[in-house]
Amino acid sequence: MSSQDIPEENLPAEQDAHGAVSVADEHDPFADPGLPPHEHRVQDIDERAAKRSERVVAFLFTVSMLATVAFIASYVAIPHDKAIFVFPIGHINALNFALGLTLGVALFTIGAGAVHWARTLMSDVEIADERHAIEAPPEVKAKVLADFKQGAKESALGRRKLIRNTMFGALALFPLSGVMLLRDLGPLPGTKLRHTLWSKGKLLVNMNTNLPLRPSDVAVGSLTFAKPEGLEETDEEFQTEIAKSALMIVRLQPDNIKDKRELEWAHEGIVAFSKICTHVGCPISLYEQQTHHVLCPCHQSTFDLSDGARVIFGPAGHALPQLRIGVSDEGYLQALGDFEEPVGPAFWERG
Amino acid sequence: MSTTTNTDSRAREKAPAGEKIADWADGRLGIYSLAKSNMRKIFPDHWSFMLGEVCLYSFIIIILTGVYLTLFFHPSMNEVTYHGSYVPLQGQLMSEAFNSTMHISFDVRGGLLIRQIHHWAALIFLAAMFVHMMRVFFTGAFRKPREVNWLFGFLLFVLGMFTGFTGYSLPDDLLSGTGVRFMEGAVLSVPIVGTYLSFFLFGGEFPGGDFVARFYSIHILLLPGIMLGLVVGHLILVFYHKHTQFAGPGKTNNNVVGMPLLPVYMAKAGGFFFLVFGVIAAVAAIASINPIWAMGPYRPDMVSTGAQPDWYMGFSEGLIRVMPGWEINVWGHTLVLGVFIPLIIFPLVLVAIAVYPFIESWVTGDKSEHHILDRPRNVPTRTAFGAAWISWYFVLLVGGGNDIWATHFHLSINSITWFVRVGFFVVPVLVFIATKRVCLGLQRRDRDKVLHGRESGIIKRLPHGEFVEIHEPLSQDALHTLTAHEQYVPAAIGATVDENGVERKVKGSEKLRAKLSEAYYGEDSQIPKPTVEEYKEITSGHGHH
Repeated sequence: MSSQDIPEENLPAEQDAHGAVSVADEHDPFADPGLPPHEHRVQDIDERAAKRSERVVAFLFTVSMLATVAFIASYVAIPHDKAIFVFPIGHINALNFALGLTLGVALFTIGAGAVHWARTLMSDVEIADERHAIEAPPEVKAKVLADFKQGAKESALGRRKLIRNTMFGALALFPLSGVMLLRDLGPLPGTKLRHTLWSKGKLLVNMNTNLPLRPSDVAVGSLTFAKPEGLEETDEEFQTEIAKSALMIVRLQPDNIKDKRELEWAHEGIVAFSKICTHVGCPISLYEQQTHHVLCPCHQSTFDLSDGARVIFGPAGHALPQLRIGVSDEGYLQALGDFEEPVGPAFWERG
Repeated sequence: MSTTTNTDSRAREKAPAGEKIADWADGRLGIYSLAKSNMRKIFPDHWSFMLGEVCLYSFIIIILTGVYLTLFFHPSMNEVTYHGSYVPLQGQLMSEAFNSTMHISFDVRGGLLIRQIHHWAALIFLAAMFVHMMRVFFTGAFRKPREVNWLFGFLLFVLGMFTGFTGYSLPDDLLSGTGVRFMEGAVLSVPIVGTYLSFFLFGGEFPGGDFVARFYSIHILLLPGIMLGLVVGHLILVFYHKHTQFAGPGKTNNNVVGMPLLPVYMAKAGGFFFLVFGVIAAVAAIASINPIWAMGPYRPDMVSTGAQPDWYMGFSEGLIRVMPGWEINVWGHTLVLGVFIPLIIFPLVLVAIAVYPFIESWVTGDKSEHHILDRPRNVPTRTAFGAAWISWYFVLLVGGGNDIWATHFHLSINSITWFVRVGFFVVPVLVFIATKRVCLGLQRRDRDKVLHGRESGIIKRLPHGEFVEIHEPLSQDALHTLTAHEQYVPAAIGATVDENGVERKVKGSEKLRAKLSEAYYGEDSQIPKPTVEEYKEITSGHGHH
């Protein structure tokens, strides 16, 4: 292990020992001194150190092989639904944990082995390569320009303008077919965004119980979500319809309602507003019963339900549309028509 | 004639098998000529040059795992009832997309691991591209001849964002569906054509039954196909231009100093692929990502709190969250500025950094090739601009997570929003000024080091009692490295009156350029680097002090 055992010829040439700063160039101390001399690593000098590095690399590659065997064993042996507790992560899926770690180790040790090999055993002598200008030399450029001129001349594109113009016309027009083909990506909007499933006489059905709501079901301070009667989760158009007609219902003390129209469209203080945020369409779901504010959890637009659901904070541009409600002959809450304005995010034709 | 052929064929018979195969390939593909210039190609060494490698490797990992996922994923929005092994969702209605993602996560052995590797690698890919881009920016590696490659890289970053967005929307879970809804709202805000675009994108009203299938082909074919082409082009250009290097002894603008591709970089770079893959696999083993089973299938009338996009979309989220809700209603139409302005600023934030190299090259008017990297301190205005841009980006990220900041740090969401609204304009300016000052300070320090040497920490007491610190002079290597950078002189407009007294018209662009040049390279924007004369005067006369 001691340095006496290292053969003399392997030792690096003796270097200037006193390390004094010697400025090579008297005239320009800032001049480029050129590539520094190569410094030997211990592996370059001592074959035993090199052997040690070799063993480290081989060990890492062997660990990789073992890890791959462990991966296969885990895949076969561990049931896919077994959970284990791993500190400090908590309960996790055992198979995922085992497969991931064994795969990780198998890959990482290949990488670590290769990098260690490169750093300790491959030559670390720096080499300088010359760069060449990216630009072509002038004679090459001249040749290319002349060739191009010749080619252009032979094509007669400049001279036979009729060919040129009709060709440009044809090339410009044909992509229109492609544009046309995109037309049937979807139907035209028409007035679809202005209408929902709500109409006069549709009962308000509780989203959770799937039963029509009576005024007595809605307590002061509660928040209830409702859908129009007849819309079922299994309907093909359910997702698209609920995206427009989702409703939130709260009961306020009628004296607390500041907005005159809101009070008119309410029933005994029960108000129904669109649940779809007028900003970019998230469902609003956070209700603060003391202040009657609702907050959209996506972008924090805040609406005051006691004041016509006007925006009091956040990026939404206008109030939530209100649905006019009343009570049917059987005593259930019912809509007295569709929303008077489009629900959800604003759009150009909204007006 | 015949004898030479004979010796030739005999030599070939004796050649090892590998050489024979190479001969075969060379006769058809010309591989020897290709290898001549590339096999021992020199790559310089610096830790920051690995960042691009992380991008490349995570991209490869994403493609490998992505192909695996397509074997099991059903890109369909048909509603089915869940019967898989995750008990809490059994009996629920969900789209086939969600159902098959559940199947991958719970019933395909290793499926969850591959899904998590795929998603983690995507986050790392974007993060690595961001940091790599900043490395290239701050060291000036984008200068001629590499401007085109800068744009390739920029496009990869932008396309990566959209590939990520379309990818995490595929499982049709509650969180990603909320993100898609946000996108739909943003598209609707586009004046005149917004509703049409939205209807064409979703095949009708949101959410409809088409977007998963459409996003799928965009996510697995269209965007990755373009990106693969750009990656190949990016790498070809890296090889063609040869890598940049930092200034140092023996390193000039006309050479490249480092180690050869074969064997050192084959082993290092090849090994690094496995290191990156290994780390991502381990992360996917221990850190859950996008647990769609906890969020449930998408319903347009449901949402969870704390909804956040993947990080690289966060700045657009910030824009949309902090924008005041302006709406203009005239002549029966609505101009949804509150959403449309963020939609416009979103690409502008990215374009701001993308076009910077072209602005800088216009200001400097420098037409030469640059292969020696700048130290950020030596280009204070560029560095300050880059730092300001990053701060801008991060202010928007804070805005995008305003609810998370509010709940985790017990802050008012309103004040965070207001902070971002003000910070959007103010923070970049402050960061610009501060960064520029720091750069100038560091330049002064370099200048002092060159002229007076390194502070050794040794205090010497002089015979008359005075204490002085000994400064050790720098080696010539260090002197060269610290003075190797070029310093531009501000461009002047030049004489506006010619020798005949005729006044020349100065174009507005010329004036602007002179002004910018003064701001870039004027007295307040760089510290003159020490000259040989200054050095000699200080070192020769009265020794150290």
